[in-house]
Amino acid sequence: MSNPAYSRRVFLEKLSRLVEIPPAGVPDAPPADMPETTVTISGDLSPYTGPWAFEHAAHLLRRTTFGLKKAQVDQLVALGDAQTAVDFILDVPAPPPAPPINNYNNADYTDPSVAPGETWINALPDFDTGGEGYRIESWRGWWLNRMIEGEANIQEKMTLFWHNHFATQTSQVFIGRLVYQYNQLLRADGLGNFKQLTRAITLNPMMLVYLNGFLNDKSAPDENYSRELQELFTIGKDSSNQYTEDDVAAAARVLTGWRINPSSGDVFLDIFAHDASNKTFSSFYNNTVIQGSIDGDAELNALLNMIFAKPEVALFICRKLYRYFVYYKIDQTVEDNIIIPLAQIFRDNNYDIKPVMETLLKSEHFFDAYNKGCFIKTPLDQMLGVLRNFNQTIVSSTLYDSWLMPLYLNYTANSMQMLPGDPPNVAGWAAFRLSPGYYRNWITADTIRNRNIFSDVMVYYAYETEGGDQLNVNAVDFAAQFDTPEDPNILLNDMIRLLLPVDLSAYKKFLLKSILLSGQASDYYWTNAWNAYLDNPGDQMAYETINQRLKLLVKYIMSLPEYQLA
Amino acid sequence: MAGAVSFPFGGFGINPMPKLPFLGALAQGGNPNGRVLVLVQMVGGNDGLNTLIPLDQYDKLTNHRGSIIIPEAQTLSLSGTSNSALHPSMTQIREMFDNGLVSVVQNVGYPNQDYSHFRSTDIWMTASDSEQYLETGWLGRYLQSEYPTYPSGYPNADMPDPLAIQIGALTSLMLQGNPNPMGFAISDPESFYQFVNDLVEPAPATPYGDELSYIRLITNQAQVYYQAIKDAADAGQNLSNQYPEQSENSLADQLKIVARLISGGLKTPVYVVTIEGFDTHSEQVAAGNVTMGNHAELLRRLSEAIGAFQNDLQLLGVDDRVAGMTFSEFGRTIGANASMGTDHGAAAPMFVFGKKVIPGIIGDSPDIPNQIFGSEDVPMVHDFRSVYASALQDWFGITNPESILQYPFPILPIFTAPSSGSHSLDSAEAAAVSLFPNPLRSSATLQFNLSEGTRVTAVILDANGRILRTLADQEYFPAGEHQLRIERGSLPAGQYFYQVRTGGGAVTKQMVAM
Repeated sequence: MSNPAYSRRVFLEKLSRLVEIPPAGVPDAPPADMPETTVTISGDLSPYTGPWAFEHAAHLLRRTTFGLKKAQVDQLVALGDAQTAVDFILDVPAPPPAPPINNYNNADYTDPSVAPGETWINALPDFDTGGEGYRIESWRGWWLNRMIEGEANIQEKMTLFWHNHFATQTSQVFIGRLVYQYNQLLRADGLGNFKQLTRAITLNPMMLVYLNGFLNDKSAPDENYSRELQELFTIGKDSSNQYTEDDVAAAARVLTGWRINPSSGDVFLDIFAHDASNKTFSSFYNNTVIQGSIDGDAELNALLNMIFAKPEVALFICRKLYRYFVYYKIDQTVEDNIIIPLAQIFRDNNYDIKPVMETLLKSEHFFDAYNKGCFIKTPLDQMLGVLRNFNQTIVSSTLYDSWLMPLYLNYTANSMQMLPGDPPNVAGWAAFRLSPGYYRNWITADTIRNRNIFSDVMVYYAYETEGGDQLNVNAVDFAAQFDTPEDPNILLNDMIRLLLPVDLSAYKKFLLKSILLSGQASDYYWTNAWNAYLDNPGDQMAYETINQRLKLLVKYIMSLPEYQLA
Repeated sequence: MAGAVSFPFGGFGINPMPKLPFLGALAQGGNPNGRVLVLVQMVGGNDGLNTLIPLDQYDKLTNHRGSIIIPEAQTLSLSGTSNSALHPSMTQIREMFDNGLVSVVQNVGYPNQDYSHFRSTDIWMTASDSEQYLETGWLGRYLQSEYPTYPSGYPNADMPDPLAIQIGALTSLMLQGNPNPMGFAISDPESFYQFVNDLVEPAPATPYGDELSYIRLITNQAQVYYQAIKDAADAGQNLSNQYPEQSENSLADQLKIVARLISGGLKTPVYVVTIEGFDTHSEQVAAGNVTMGNHAELLRRLSEAIGAFQNDLQLLGVDDRVAGMTFSEFGRTIGANASMGTDHGAAAPMFVFGKKVIPGIIGDSPDIPNQIFGSEDVPMVHDFRSVYASALQDWFGITNPESILQYPFPILPIFTAPSSGSHSLDSAEAAAVSLFPNPLRSSATLQFNLSEGTRVTAVILDANGRILRTLADQEYFPAGEHQLRIERGSLPAGQYFYQVRTGGGAVTKQMVAM
């Protein structure tokens, strides 16, 4: 499908003439051994009916969006209780967002078939002049903006969950419209039915290209997708009762013959490439025989029915959801009290995802204090969280700048080991699956430095495009959104509970307050400075007096190890 | 400057703050002798009149601040002067003064005093004018002129250590460069011990605490200067027994760390330490005993900490190259208020200490008027930037402090300049002074090699000793080999001399023009 002459490598070489992209950091040694605390997890799946205040709404949003915005926390608090708030979070918008557009025409490249400002998602791939890289970066920036601008709902976090689960890499399938279709499928069906989603992914053109399904031929069945379908997408590798290599081969034969129409992009079954003979599975699948025919749809349905009859599927997915939304450690208590009942709900609802998420997010267990703040932010959570905390979005004065600025951000995330659209391989990012470190895989000396540099840059400097657009955050506006910014104690507490998942010690707060007070003992010096600014907002000296202190304060808070947690 | 200021990102599209116009020229000079300056920030505005008591103004002062003035008999007299005496809490600083280790600059402030703590602190830290807003600190600019590409390429073999270390607070505006902070902050002495001992701050026994501990560990290890500081702390020591117990005097704890790092070989030239609480609007003195109270306790800690630190530096054998300087954002009013305190004022004395300061008191006592009106204060005589300029020029060897401070300021006789005027070229150095080609045709190169940094004047003389060309005029050169180019221009053929002169003497050799 993709023309190697216009590979990602070629595109990046071309791109490097336009913008300097920071190299991804070099991974450090694996996580060091740390003393493990024996943790008693309390709470089960029964609905949480306890207090509903800022900290509870904040916890919910930390896990279901890419960073807290004060207004969104207030919005959830106003709903009155956890159950209503979770319903709200799970009520995702159905209509697809406006698709990505040609915002990439530049001195080096003009899209021959898509006008500036028009969407390219229905256009034929541009292999001839090498436009796919521009389109893919247009899509990547478009998704990033969805995450930055996301409302108080789970949609984009869920999309990322499925992207990590049904992982593909744009670098391997270098066709923009397939990337967009795949991503939009995950977004549209992220809270839908997992079995149907698996079916749609199986026949999704991007996945067909990525795992060679479109080359799977009865003359030489390609087991790539068949293996990952079972190992990574449904059954999992760590279950006790295992499928066999023969099962992989048999499933591959079920999946032979699916092809993509190069001009329409539609997927169809080439009956001459499809293996129409019977496929027999092992005792793990109760020796199921799938009747061969030229009805590839029916065979696929039979295959999925067979797989989804296995209880391992629901357990596997529920563990993965748990690790993504709650915590990575699953001991026997969590397995018994959370995973197993959740898997039962999953199966009882014919693999509808929403009831599972609803039960999990509404549970006593989810809101248990023990589960707060133990999620190590992904690079996207960290980077976009800085912007979202400060209510900052990307504002562009030209189309090309609207392409460039998210590109900077995406490759900043890459320097922290996460480029959306390009997980390291089909197994997704290590932080969601690699035992025993899980989340800790995000944190190396190199990536922690890059995380701190990013927040420093946003506070003290700016990203700037060649058109002069700047992206940074404003500490004065940030402080001004709180109710009582003139009171340094209240302001500090308000900032901390928004920026950090767990309160700081009195001593740490004392150190932080000394920044606002420049070491002075009396609170009114800050109050006076703030009021002097309010009295005369246009006065540079009054503004900078508070701005300098606020900048140092927020920079410091965001460089605390605590800021890496959600 | 070679290339733009680079950001550690190695990056793209990052917008540094606008350049300051006066930073165009790099400061000239260097700090070849490893000199260290320790800034002691006294937060809150120190009451200078009760710190260095002007005995020659005592009667007038008594009229204005009778409720808080220190009884003359209880002040600590200073050798060599009867005009001033110290607060009775400052026994160690008195001893240092008498031993020639202290220089006091009287009446330091700036024109158009801004009585806001915040603004005035920013003014002292950035060395701005009263009405001017600067984004960079004076030491940040100094360090940036010495290490213009920092942090790109740092640490390196020449400068393996932090350029500046702030202990006891977060990186201050004083160390802010453009665009990068030039300092390394250790937020409190306790966390310093954890830092160098690989201890991770305790975290709660929860999943949050588990993950936090892990991130803290990696964060420590991610510090670029982690190993350098750890090595220096391991190699360093404290020898003085005059320090108080840990946690009894935070300033002493901070200075103790500084001494340990210096003795451990850290090449860091600037340290900043902090003592808070000088904003003594009320209860500056204890009721019934004016020699006690908040201010007395602060001065006691200040004196105890500085005394122990200086003692330690001497025992460690590093006192030749360490100097300290106190500063506070302003002084306080001449009159006492009704709460047994003083309000925000203008000028106050600054204390500079170390083996290489020129001891004594610079300037007269503040001129206390017979009558005061309202919150009258001590007018400024010495601009604080004069003290900074003196430190930059005579302590750090910068020949053009105006490149850092915007304007030229008078240099005060506070520091013994780095070897200038004292280093004489030894025989090997004298032998290495050479010219080639000699005889000279159209141009030649004068070469010399210095074993330590010094000011150098290099000239071409005629047979009568008249200076025909000046190649370097009192210019500071660091240790190492240097070359100066000579253009013949209109020099007629004949016999000349070339001379390399330092404060310690001159080497003169023959030159022939063909």
